[in-house]
Amino acid sequence: MTGARRLMFWSGVAALCAWVLVPIYLIALGAFGGRAAAFRWPKAFTLVNASLEQLATFLRIEGVWNAALNSVIAASLTMALSLLLGAPAGYALARYRFRGAGAFRLMVLLTRAFPLAILALPLTVVFIRAGLYDTPFGVALVHTALALPFAALVTAGLFAGIPRELEEAAWVFGCSRLQAFMRVVLPLALPGLAAAAIFAFVISWNEVFAASVLTVRNRTLTAYLLTVLAESPLHYRFAGGFVLIVPSVVFIFAVRRYLFALWGVSNR
Amino acid sequence: MAGIQIERVGKRFGGALALDSVSLDVADGEFVALLGPSGCGKTTLLRIVAGLETRSSGAVRIGGRDVSDLRPADRGLAMVFQNYAVFPHMTVFDNVAFGLRMQKKPREDIERKVRRAAALLQIEPYLDRYPAKLSGGQRQRVAVARALAVEPAVLLMDEPLSNLDALLRLEMRAELKSVLREAKTTTLYVTHDQTEAMGLADRIAVMQQGRIVQADAPTTVYSRPASTFVGGFVGSPPMNFVKVTASGRSARLDALDLRPPADGDLLLGFRGEDVQLVPPDEGMTFVVKVAEPMGSHLLLTGSAAGCPVRVVAPPTASVHAGDRLGLRPDPDRIAWMSQDSGLALDGHA
Amino acid sequence: MTAPRWIPYALIAPAALFLAALFIVPLVQTILLSFDGGGTPDHLANYRKMAGDLNFTLAIRNTFLLVGVVVPIQLALAMGMAVMLQKMSTGRDIVLWIWTIPLGVSDLAAGLVWLALLQNSGYLNTVLFQLGLLDGPTPWLNAETPVTLFVGIVLAEIWRATAVVLIVLVAGFQLIPKEYSEAAEVFGARSWTAFRLITLPLLKPSIQSALILRTVLAFEVFAVVYALGGRNMPVLVGEAYAWQYENQNYGVAAAYAVLVMVISLAATVVYLYALRTRPETQP
Ligand SMILES: Nc1ncnc2c1ncn2[C@@H]1O[C@H](COP(=O)(O)OP(=O)(O)O)[C@@H](O)[C@H]1O
Ligand SMILES: [Mg+2]
Repeated sequence: MTGARRLMFWSGVAALCAWVLVPIYLIALGAFGGRAAAFRWPKAFTLVNASLEQLATFLRIEGVWNAALNSVIAASLTMALSLLLGAPAGYALARYRFRGAGAFRLMVLLTRAFPLAILALPLTVVFIRAGLYDTPFGVALVHTALALPFAALVTAGLFAGIPRELEEAAWVFGCSRLQAFMRVVLPLALPGLAAAAIFAFVISWNEVFAASVLTVRNRTLTAYLLTVLAESPLHYRFAGGFVLIVPSVVFIFAVRRYLFALWGVSNR
Repeated sequence: MAGIQIERVGKRFGGALALDSVSLDVADGEFVALLGPSGCGKTTLLRIVAGLETRSSGAVRIGGRDVSDLRPADRGLAMVFQNYAVFPHMTVFDNVAFGLRMQKKPREDIERKVRRAAALLQIEPYLDRYPAKLSGGQRQRVAVARALAVEPAVLLMDEPLSNLDALLRLEMRAELKSVLREAKTTTLYVTHDQTEAMGLADRIAVMQQGRIVQADAPTTVYSRPASTFVGGFVGSPPMNFVKVTASGRSARLDALDLRPPADGDLLLGFRGEDVQLVPPDEGMTFVVKVAEPMGSHLLLTGSAAGCPVRVVAPPTASVHAGDRLGLRPDPDRIAWMSQDSGLALDGHA
Repeated sequence: MTAPRWIPYALIAPAALFLAALFIVPLVQTILLSFDGGGTPDHLANYRKMAGDLNFTLAIRNTFLLVGVVVPIQLALAMGMAVMLQKMSTGRDIVLWIWTIPLGVSDLAAGLVWLALLQNSGYLNTVLFQLGLLDGPTPWLNAETPVTLFVGIVLAEIWRATAVVLIVLVAGFQLIPKEYSEAAEVFGARSWTAFRLITLPLLKPSIQSALILRTVLAFEVFAVVYALGGRNMPVLVGEAYAWQYENQNYGVAAAYAVLVMVISLAATVVYLYALRTRPETQP
């Protein structure tokens, strides 16, 4: 590249980085600036009178803390469930040829063509009857339906990437199937599994529709924010948005090595 | 038609020096093989000539024109890639026609030249197929046909045969030689396989760690290597080197009298087939460790004067592990090297 | 050690049963519920009610407009970004991380982020004010300013969800050996020609996956719209939510859900057909 082209290229890259980062910076200003900053005109582009106090006030609002806790519970349950159910399926897809493997794979892929969260609608009635309505566990069940297909496909990719010979070598040296899996395959797959787990957590943490439909009093954070959106003052909305974003950004950083496994692998 | 001049080309990848001021002239119509172990910079040099890699210093001329800053498209060359890079979404015909279409040649012209290249490489039956349906050898032919179809002034090839199995490789090698001889294209051919280089090239440029250490006719590279590295890399078995200390332009190894061109610590270099087997007290003493009957010859591995030595004996020779023999190298085919630098001594050549 | 035949079935059974219970069953239930006449034989009552609603045509129009504007822009933008990443040697990892941060941001949070920028006394207006283009706080997100509200939602959606497309495309690029475009260049193609003739056709399966993924999600758009404009701009899933939650009319909500699913499936089928590749033409 010549000098001028190089300059243009990197300006473009920088502009796109700014496009992503500046809005996040600005909502952080809104979250830390509190009431004064939210209604200030014209706005300041730096932090004035910032304090954690503003965020703490937000968390002390009736229901917010509870909602955040519900979100964490639902997301953790989703994480555990989707991995516990998805990883064995992924292992089967990666290691065994069996009748029905194609059908199962198709069902998993088919979930992508459906707006799954909407399927929470008819579940309301069943959940009420089963005592799952308005509980984090009920929400987690629906979120697992969202995360499980990813978990199965991602872990299938992970396990397929671990040579079968390693496992066979372990068998030759006297391990049982389970021992070979625990001692050889699992340690190798662990970072990838962790990434898949975190991804499931984020899916649940971010989901709005199903969570809103399936809860009334025990709201998750997204559902809570959605319902109080209209009546809450601006700075609370900004604080809420910021609290939603932070864990996600951290998670994406943690799983960045596996981003392609999470989204790309199931391409083919 | 055009020659290639590579002038003091250097290349760094970050801190690592991949090419160290490499110079090489390839004459119009000449076939030069770049030979060296993997990682020595052959591909990098070829890609710089092609314009696919930027150079850190130096210049490249093709047909006398400085092409250093031109795009690959403007350099007037064609290339055969190591994994062929035959476009999977185009038929064989479209692949072979690609370069001609880029040059906006008239339709009939393209048709004619594609047919001719296809005939030359015997791929006419597959012109309508997609590459995925072809074998490795057939794909390789498509890649060569695509390159020849544009009648390039300069043809670059990066280990084009390395992905074929041994038998096919032998067959393609002979075919490539006859096809290219006919086309009289200036060719720069990268390989790490010395038999390929010996068989195909008019001249071999041996590379070591980012430098060209010798560029000569194959027979010269074989019998008069410029360094112990070249002697050890070219030829199978590699050249033998036995330590000798000389004074007064003379040295003695067991029962062997030698006339080296210099004094001091030297290496006596000789090819395994350039020795006479004699009784133990008439030459340098050779202790056989292993004798391998190879069919066409008997390969003896052992040591002489404390150095490992391999000797090619007639298939009928009756030699066994543990035997002691005398070796008498052909004095005309001895290559003397300095022990310190590993370089050939000039006196003998 | 040959595997007992039941092992793979035992391994997929939990996942298969779970998906049957929480995907297939609700799917069927939604469809049945939407055709439920409430005791009367009128099976299309819910659909008639849905179609007769004031917001219905608006919601259809808005949703399709949003998808029609957002998805092509995202594809083009992500393609540009993927090509840039391809050309980058230093700093690639950090740039990729920054560009994919929005992957972790929910649509609700994205809506709130853009609310901070676009509200009456927000940052955009501050900049415009300081440039002398505005006299004071100005609303953009009202029912009276449908065009700017729409633009705001488009911006928020592009900001949030381009990263998914980017990831799929970058993964696709990694599957194409770079020798192909190099060969094209050596044989006389300019960069743009090489991109058009070689890279783009080979990338088609990835483009297809990205479009399916993104379009299905785009038809689900709802929280961004709520966060920015409240009920000022009806969209399909938003209407489903309102019927379920505010009107407690599960039948009409189910009808909306079926509609969204049919549209999503139709879009998927269109992509599968329009961007199909013959398997023998892939590397
Ligand atoms: N793109 C690159 N980035 C960093 N180092 C490289 C790159 N390409 C080649 N190298 C290094 O340059 C040296 C020469 O490589 P190459 O030309 O491919 O060798 P050869 O083709 O002879 O096997 C090697 O040490 C290799 O690791
Ligand atoms: Mg190489």
